[in-house]
Amino acid sequence: MAQTKQKRFLIRTLILTVLAVAIIYTIYNNATKDKFEVLGVGDEAPDFTLVDLNGEEHRLSDYKGQGVFLNFWGTWCKPCAKEMPAMDRQYEVFKDQGVQILAVNIAQSNFEVERFADQYGLDFPIVIDKTKSVMEAYNIDPLPTTLLINPDGEIEKIVRGEMTEQDIALFMEQIRPE
Amino acid sequence: MNNIICACGHENPEGTVLCGNCGRPLTKEAKDLKLADMRYEGSARRSQTYNKSIIDKIWNFFSSVKIGVTIIIMILVAAAIGTILPQVLYVPASTEADIAAYYERVYGTFGKIYYELGLSDLYGSWWFQTLIGMLGISLIVASLDRFIPLYNSLKKQRTRRHESFMKRQRLFALGESVGQETLTKSEAKLKELRYDVKREDGALLAEKGRFSRWGPYVNHVGLIIFLFGVMLRALPGFYVDETMWIREGETRAIPEAPGYYLESKDFILETYDKEQADEVFGDAIERVGTIASNYQTDVVLYKKPESALPGQTENLEEVKKESIQVNKPLKFDGFAVYQMDFRLDELKTMHFVLSNKATGESLGDLAIDLVNPETTYDLGNGSSVKLLGYYPDFSGFENGEPQTKSPVPNNPAFLVRMTTPETPKGETSFVAIKQTVEPLGENAYKLEFQNVDTRDVSGLTIRKDKTLWILALGGLIFMIGVAQGSYFNHRRIWIHETKDGQFAVAAHTNKNWFAIKKELDQVTEAAQLPLYKDQQDSESQELKKDGEKSS
Repeated sequence: MAQTKQKRFLIRTLILTVLAVAIIYTIYNNATKDKFEVLGVGDEAPDFTLVDLNGEEHRLSDYKGQGVFLNFWGTWCKPCAKEMPAMDRQYEVFKDQGVQILAVNIAQSNFEVERFADQYGLDFPIVIDKTKSVMEAYNIDPLPTTLLINPDGEIEKIVRGEMTEQDIALFMEQIRPE
Repeated sequence: MNNIICACGHENPEGTVLCGNCGRPLTKEAKDLKLADMRYEGSARRSQTYNKSIIDKIWNFFSSVKIGVTIIIMILVAAAIGTILPQVLYVPASTEADIAAYYERVYGTFGKIYYELGLSDLYGSWWFQTLIGMLGISLIVASLDRFIPLYNSLKKQRTRRHESFMKRQRLFALGESVGQETLTKSEAKLKELRYDVKREDGALLAEKGRFSRWGPYVNHVGLIIFLFGVMLRALPGFYVDETMWIREGETRAIPEAPGYYLESKDFILETYDKEQADEVFGDAIERVGTIASNYQTDVVLYKKPESALPGQTENLEEVKKESIQVNKPLKFDGFAVYQMDFRLDELKTMHFVLSNKATGESLGDLAIDLVNPETTYDLGNGSSVKLLGYYPDFSGFENGEPQTKSPVPNNPAFLVRMTTPETPKGETSFVAIKQTVEPLGENAYKLEFQNVDTRDVSGLTIRKDKTLWILALGGLIFMIGVAQGSYFNHRRIWIHETKDGQFAVAAHTNKNWFAIKKELDQVTEAAQLPLYKDQQDSESQELKKDGEKSS
């Protein structure tokens, strides 16, 4: 009798646990959906190649061993324009310490992007995602969104929205190779 | 735990109403009843048996039908409240902050509370999903708790039941049989009526349609499969519902379909022609103006080569060319791309003439591609126009700097330097639609707007649903359960010879008493059984008489 009692207890515990886990998992998934469905902190950053304004190809995996400050932006986006000069200043500080900036423009014309880079005197490489395929791969929304990728090629942090110069310096410090 | 030991010696679990062996009523209430309560065969609901640990308490909570019904009512009420204000999907705001502000601005405090409680995104709110999950648990636990004892007691049922069980059945007879070989004749007749007949010295049990008792549980299994399918939609890879806007001539990565690209060749909007349409439609066309007959996007589907990375789009492989029309989606690899929306005539190219303001003399024309403008436009004969700035969606000046509010050329504006043989140093002009500013003084030349080329934009929806067959399966099983429980009846007839040579007859069905009476009539006639009485009928007739008297 004691045996069946124990068996029943185990079966009931098992059924209730499985159901509870299924429900919690579903709710968790629904709650985090739309924000970053595929990518999260700790995931490997999907590789891509894009061409910059000088016609040079930039492949993410070529920067392994360096920290990559991956910024998605557009010329019409005011917060993007605001943080770019600060990014440029920090780029000057960190570029010799193994931190690279890749600024990915979302499908605008070369003319607009070049004009923007000239106007703000930006030195870091700016690439244009003409087909929005990198934007899709990273599920970017809204602009600006910045991903910090550590020297191992893993996502260290995802920043949605504008950053101050202090933030930028702090983030770059985070992904600086030892 | 206290087992109840019946007079026949059978041990029944606590909570049993009718002995699992002989059918004797076990509780005082059951003994007082004139008719036995045959629900679940009088077996104990499993949950009532043990109630000690916390797990048993949770189990018992979900096993209760009252709790189940309460959950259903809560879901219904929440869903009803969810229809009072529009859901987030239909609200013109995209970020969380905008949405919150929208509800408060438009609907006041009520809107704010509505949003805070998650009623604005009902199906996405954690508490609604919790309720649905609890309903799922309730379905499973309550079904298990009832199905297993019912299954066991029907499987183990005895042929001979105690007289106290027999006389508490609604159809009951006790008396002499006039004929010979009563049980054999009954058996033959019952078999003819397609009953399964079991005989045991001096007793007979005929049964048919037992499977109809499983109807509700089959039905619940269907519901659970359905809920499981809905749950799967939350997992990546099972369900995609995205929109994309694509302009004629553009190639774009398809959202949520990694490695696939779509190029729009052409968007086509056709309308019914009054001349060619049937006469019946002629009137309608006259009344409402134009009526669309076709929305279509001609596309080319590309796939990137295995080795290619996102961003590498030089050598995409063409998969197929297709025309997407309403209800005729482009299908590939489990995805379907539907024609959903469109915008006509977005600006694509603007044509200008460089002309002398005084004489009107033209120095040549230029076309600025708004998607990919060039830096310099050489007009020959020593004249050129240099683009200094391009603002596709010009929204005004800020600190003397022209601003654009989006990357879409809704209101293009240009800052240009015009150089002619007459003005070799160049003149600067800001050119926008219906607006020209000459920031560095009066110019001799101007860019004169001629005309525009436009292109159309297609709004497409990308869908993938790997849960559809699960939902269909769940629905099918649900319907089978409904049919099983509704259109079939579980009928049983017991006949036995008592010690004093009389015959006891009892019959039970879970529904449709009319049919079992007709069958019992036939058996009674064939085997000359004592005439049965419908004990509920007589009871209700008595009640009726009472009622008549008192009224």
